[in-house]
Amino acid sequence: MRTRTLPGPRPSAPPTAPKGAAAGADGPGPVRHRLAERIAPYSYIAPFFLLFAVFGLFPLLFTFYIALFDWNPIGDRTFIGFDNFTRLWDDGRFWNATRNTLSIWFLSTVPQLLAALLLAHLLNHVRLRFAGFFRMTMLVPYITSVAATTIVFAQMFDRDYGLLNWLLGLVGVGPINFLQSTGASHVMIATMVAWRWFGYTTLLYLASLQAIPRETYEAAAVDGAGGLKQFWHITIPSLRPIIIFTVVTSTIGGLQIFTEPLLAGRATPLTCGPTRECQTLTLFLYEQGFGGYEFGYAAAIGVALFAMIVVIALINYLLSTRIRSER
Amino acid sequence: MTTTTPPVARRSPPARRPRSPGRVPWWAYALLVFATFICVFPLYWMFVVASTDTATANQMPPAVIPGGNLPDRVDLVFSTVPFLRSMINSVVVAGCVGIGHAVMCSLAGFAFAKLNFRGRDTLFLVLVLTMTVPMQLAIIPQYLIVSELGWVDSLQAVIVPGLLLVSAFGIFWIRQHLSVTLSDELMQAARIDGANTWQIFWRIAFPIVRPAAFVLGLFSYVTAWNDFLWPFVVLKSPDNFTVQIAIKALQNNYDIDLGLAMAGSFLATLPLLVLFVFVGRRMVAGIMEGAFKG
Repeated sequence: MRTRTLPGPRPSAPPTAPKGAAAGADGPGPVRHRLAERIAPYSYIAPFFLLFAVFGLFPLLFTFYIALFDWNPIGDRTFIGFDNFTRLWDDGRFWNATRNTLSIWFLSTVPQLLAALLLAHLLNHVRLRFAGFFRMTMLVPYITSVAATTIVFAQMFDRDYGLLNWLLGLVGVGPINFLQSTGASHVMIATMVAWRWFGYTTLLYLASLQAIPRETYEAAAVDGAGGLKQFWHITIPSLRPIIIFTVVTSTIGGLQIFTEPLLAGRATPLTCGPTRECQTLTLFLYEQGFGGYEFGYAAAIGVALFAMIVVIALINYLLSTRIRSER
Repeated sequence: MTTTTPPVARRSPPARRPRSPGRVPWWAYALLVFATFICVFPLYWMFVVASTDTATANQMPPAVIPGGNLPDRVDLVFSTVPFLRSMINSVVVAGCVGIGHAVMCSLAGFAFAKLNFRGRDTLFLVLVLTMTVPMQLAIIPQYLIVSELGWVDSLQAVIVPGLLLVSAFGIFWIRQHLSVTLSDELMQAARIDGANTWQIFWRIAFPIVRPAAFVLGLFSYVTAWNDFLWPFVVLKSPDNFTVQIAIKALQNNYDIDLGLAMAGSFLATLPLLVLFVFVGRRMVAGIMEGAFKG
């Protein structure tokens, strides 16, 4: 728009080209032009909504439908009502996967968020040197793929040749077979998840910390509040929205943990551990759908996941409205 | 800029310099260096195991210095799976998703921020709602759709749905960005000068939003490069694998040679590391401005 020809103050003209007479007089050109202007906004947002309809909304609704069938991708399909759901309810493997998912989520989220809180606090110091360098390296795990992360950590946690078991051996703890113990395998998977995300979370917290005006701390210092008191009464309340946000995203992410258990369970990829020690819900879904070709049953697991996410979203909504009213 | 300055802050007289915050204690540096070590060590370890021959890698205590075996391992990686092909596939997939996502989000973000059309607010609400639903749970019907389209074992099966991986948030972010930076007066002026909507987007809005769109594209590039589950489901033949699926194929040889998957992982991470050296600063800034949450 370099050629602005109108000099002086502009009249508050209608935003679109003059309607009516001009359109009729000049033939089809302006009409087509006006139509194009009318549909322009829709054509800009159409790609997203089209993609979402085909690969998001429709599959979501279709999941509920498939879940009512005994659906074999190569054979035939029979309507069985809610049988898949009653079967799921009675399936010990489903509850095992749910427990594993929750346990891995808890073990990865709590240390991750605490570490991020501490690191963000340190990085927020105004006199910190090499601050840019520290921030950059915090993001290195994030750009490392889940697959690569899992392969290197699985090697470090290896029973026979792993670095970790060697270190444990130095302090007299016998080699742990991380895949064959429920607790140890959860710690292993949770370490992979936490490693990949703690730096990213740190940067989110740091951004929120920097939005707190310095004067707030100064005023508190004048009133005699020490470092710990400032942290508790200024830092934590200001970070509460972003903390809730990270808890919610890590929960929704936690329900989708798949690659880590699949690749960590080398010899038994579909179950992660010989007796499903670290099989997560998404891995269970994959096992049923693409390992056993029970699409109907796998879809029922998807519906269960959806229900869990709705519950989490509701809790999030209640929490964040309460926070807003407290302010 | 959502700095909500509470009135209490005004109490200290503006003339007084802020109290010197003091020096950073040594343990703060110690902790940060330790965190840096934690972030970098697994990548270093990947390199160590990839470059040591199996016999040495299996020794106790483990070797912690890189060996000279990397060229042999890399050769082995390339002869075990079509790794170069996988790399190219990944560049194609991530490139298409990155560019497509940046364009899609710029256009839609512009429409939601600056254009008036019927149903805008409702559609925007729908958009926000889509952000909370992870698409993985609908993977069974997604697979059925892709196979109905005849796309199974092809790259477009990864690219097209891949555009959706991170879209809603990107649109949201560009909208926020434009509603602050693009003034209505400028839009009006352009309209009076006879610019149509497309010209306004292309000549005014896009140049404003280009840095933001670039950062968005970067994040989608990284996300698409690293994606595993969906490519794992739809790509069947080694010639169509992305690099992440090729690593999984290498891992099947673990019992014979544990360095092989490590070498593959290292090679798959290297391009992003190199990219990161150049654009890492902008990615950090992007996260801190809220460009990418997911």
